[in-house]
Amino acid sequence: MQIIKPDININFVGMRFKAITLSVAVILLGLAALVWRGGLNLGVDFAGGTLVQVKFEQSTTPEQIRDALKDLGIGRSAIQQVGAREDNEFLVRADVKSTETQNVGQAVQEHLDKAYGEGKASIRRVEMVGPKVGRDLRQKALLAIYYALLFIALYISGRFELKWGTSGIMAAGLLVGVYLLRLIGMPTTYLIVGALLLTLVLCWVLRLPYALAAVLALIHDVLITLGAFALTNKEFSLTIVAALLTIVGYSLNDTIIVFDRIRENLRASRREDFKGLVNRSINQTLSRTILTSGTTLLVIVCLFVLGGTVIHDFAFALLIGVVVGTYSSIFVASPLLILYEDWAAEGRAKRRRTARA
Amino acid sequence: MKDLRWRAILIAVVMLVAIVYLLPSLNASLPAWWKETLPNDKIHLGLDLQGGMHLVLEVQADEAVRTTAERLVDELKETLRTERIPFRTVQRTKDWDIRVELADGTAVGSLKTLIEKDFPILDWVAATTEQDGATVVCRISDKEAAHIRDLAVRQALETIRNRIDQFGVSEPDIRPQGEDRILVQLPGVKDPQRAIDLIGKTALLEFKLVAEGVDPDAKSLPPGVKAYPMKRFDPNTGRTFETRIALKDRTLMTGEYITNANVRIDTQYNTPYVALEFDPQGARLFERITGEHVKERLAIVLDGVVYSAPVIQEKIGGGRASITGSFTMEEARDLAIVLRAGALPAPVKILEERTVGPSLGADSIRQGFLSMVVGSVLILLFMMVYYRVSGVIANVALVLNVVLIMAALAAFKATLTLPGIAGIILTIGMAVDANVLIFERIREELRLGKTPRAAVDAGFGRATLTILDANITTLIAAVVLFQFGTGPVKGFAVTLSIGIVASLFTAIIVSRLIFDYLLVKRRVRSISI
Repeated sequence: MQIIKPDININFVGMRFKAITLSVAVILLGLAALVWRGGLNLGVDFAGGTLVQVKFEQSTTPEQIRDALKDLGIGRSAIQQVGAREDNEFLVRADVKSTETQNVGQAVQEHLDKAYGEGKASIRRVEMVGPKVGRDLRQKALLAIYYALLFIALYISGRFELKWGTSGIMAAGLLVGVYLLRLIGMPTTYLIVGALLLTLVLCWVLRLPYALAAVLALIHDVLITLGAFALTNKEFSLTIVAALLTIVGYSLNDTIIVFDRIRENLRASRREDFKGLVNRSINQTLSRTILTSGTTLLVIVCLFVLGGTVIHDFAFALLIGVVVGTYSSIFVASPLLILYEDWAAEGRAKRRRTARA
Repeated sequence: MKDLRWRAILIAVVMLVAIVYLLPSLNASLPAWWKETLPNDKIHLGLDLQGGMHLVLEVQADEAVRTTAERLVDELKETLRTERIPFRTVQRTKDWDIRVELADGTAVGSLKTLIEKDFPILDWVAATTEQDGATVVCRISDKEAAHIRDLAVRQALETIRNRIDQFGVSEPDIRPQGEDRILVQLPGVKDPQRAIDLIGKTALLEFKLVAEGVDPDAKSLPPGVKAYPMKRFDPNTGRTFETRIALKDRTLMTGEYITNANVRIDTQYNTPYVALEFDPQGARLFERITGEHVKERLAIVLDGVVYSAPVIQEKIGGGRASITGSFTMEEARDLAIVLRAGALPAPVKILEERTVGPSLGADSIRQGFLSMVVGSVLILLFMMVYYRVSGVIANVALVLNVVLIMAALAAFKATLTLPGIAGIILTIGMAVDANVLIFERIREELRLGKTPRAAVDAGFGRATLTILDANITTLIAAVVLFQFGTGPVKGFAVTLSIGIVASLFTAIIVSRLIFDYLLVKRRVRSISI
């Protein structure tokens, strides 16, 4: 059986400007949502606070729950229903904290018992994170993102062009740069942005177009996934960071395979027009790209639909990430390569002209 | 040919080892000889799957230093009296600063010698001499303070471990985290409130004298007297109520001499109480105290709350005492546990608490495995339909892959969490990637007119490097996540990493072997792909 015919020839490269416009529009939309919401909706992992998952015997509404809990002084609490409607399951997000003597679960249970009657509401999960631990987890997550990006950037900068010497220079440049940024006391968030910009600049200066395009595609995927979280106002937690890093790895996987084919074809025919060659490479790997993204999506959809409330948002992040990652390796990474090649060719032509003159 | 056999043996050995590691998780009733000689560890489930409680506690270690300073104040007063150095006041001011006001300015020198000789842990900070006396400030030295803090954290860890051991939780995990934190994981705990009570209670037991004739609710209490809350129990109504009582500040004795504490039943009212036993030193001290204060009331104070204040009828020898009050059987039992295990050297604060009820854990397991099974079946069907016989070969590799992941989890004693199950599911989706790459390549080579044998060789040969490369980026992400992640996320990183490595093995080595076997041994002329 074949879904994608072997002689398929879609003009992906011809759609590159439309694709890039679309990407930029989606990224801007996400950023706008991010600004409008005043940043990501941080979960208890990062913001601190309490999350209580309660299952009720009979149907109830968030208003009734809020009423039952108002004596607790739960401050700005968000109450939302999760899972199937008939499950009567709710997530309560509140500002209360456990103390040495009383844990939040107990306090919530007592108040619900009073309002709904003994045994009518059962607490299935409590997550209480104090401000100190929240700060620590935030720092940990940022460091995880930072180191993952650092190592991946180093790997692909050497990997694509098989110029490990250049990669060494890149590594040294990146480490020195980041060290200097740290020295002036830059917070980790900016450190990540700084390291990314530095990677792009180094790729540019050291003439590593494949790495440059791959890193840009990676930033593209992460930005869109973050934007999706801002748009849907879903909570951003530690497991979402895990999903994000997995997306980074997965999206590069696709890009690497397309780029490998481009270089393989380049070795075979030096004469061919670069645009045509890129398009041919994308089409040759298209069957594989669609198939593996398809199988991966299939299992993620299973997880999204059947996996239950706890893992739902995690599956959502993966879902978005895999779709965007597949799109970006076809429509973003390769066109960027062409843009770079065009620019480089122009530069060469200019130099030739000046040399002649 | 020979090469084929060796590869077959390698795969057989790997799978055999995997099954040996996996069996204990699948089947509880293994023969005795197995349990003695072969691995017998089940896959360990995370708290999010089996239910339980995760706590991060912070030991308020500075409190221990402050308490030490308070004790030094008492000792210093005592010493000044015996050395006949006249003083107005000795008190702890800020944190662990101790201020001594001397009545005689010329005594500063002798105080300095005294402190250097008898109180080496104190640093001499400043001395100011006035007309009618002098003020001296000392402080517990930074090195000593650090030592006290460190000791407090270690003692707290030990005490909490003791308490939990006696509470009876299977496989608790209690370990220090960072400088002053303690991580406590209690799988399967049904009553989180009770566990917190047990762990978080400082359990500082003090014996103090009641200040008779002082109204605890008066606006100003005489010096050396403080009002405490007191729990009273009315045996007629069976109810507890809280009152206040005035006690003298001085602590005559603490619970540090307790060697044993047990629950007994009071035959008169049929209520439980806690019987204490002291060590010989404590017994002597208790005998002396009760002897000196006959007909006075001795209050038993636990964490700042008075439980009872009986009148001392006569000198009590034998090192026994009891705490009566309004306990339920359970409360009395827990109180006995904390008294036996000892007091915490400093209060603890809950920084993080995550509790998953057993029903949610069970739901998560069920839903996680349901998604895994449905996802796997869909993938297996798809591969079979799309690639036919070759698809079946890939499916064999995929099934072996899942077996390998599970076995590795058991072998490495890793913890399976819900995100971990998600990691396995994700791996199942991604693992076919390797085979898809190879198969698409083989199809291409076949279209170019190569023989099946050559096409398979080229397909594996060209795709292998790409597969390795493409998986390294995901592996990098997984390893970094393992390094920085906590609990559930770590579980995800573990299954994802193991899954990637296992899928490389099954896709490149196992499915290659099956192809080679079919093409070389069975001399199959065409491939169904």
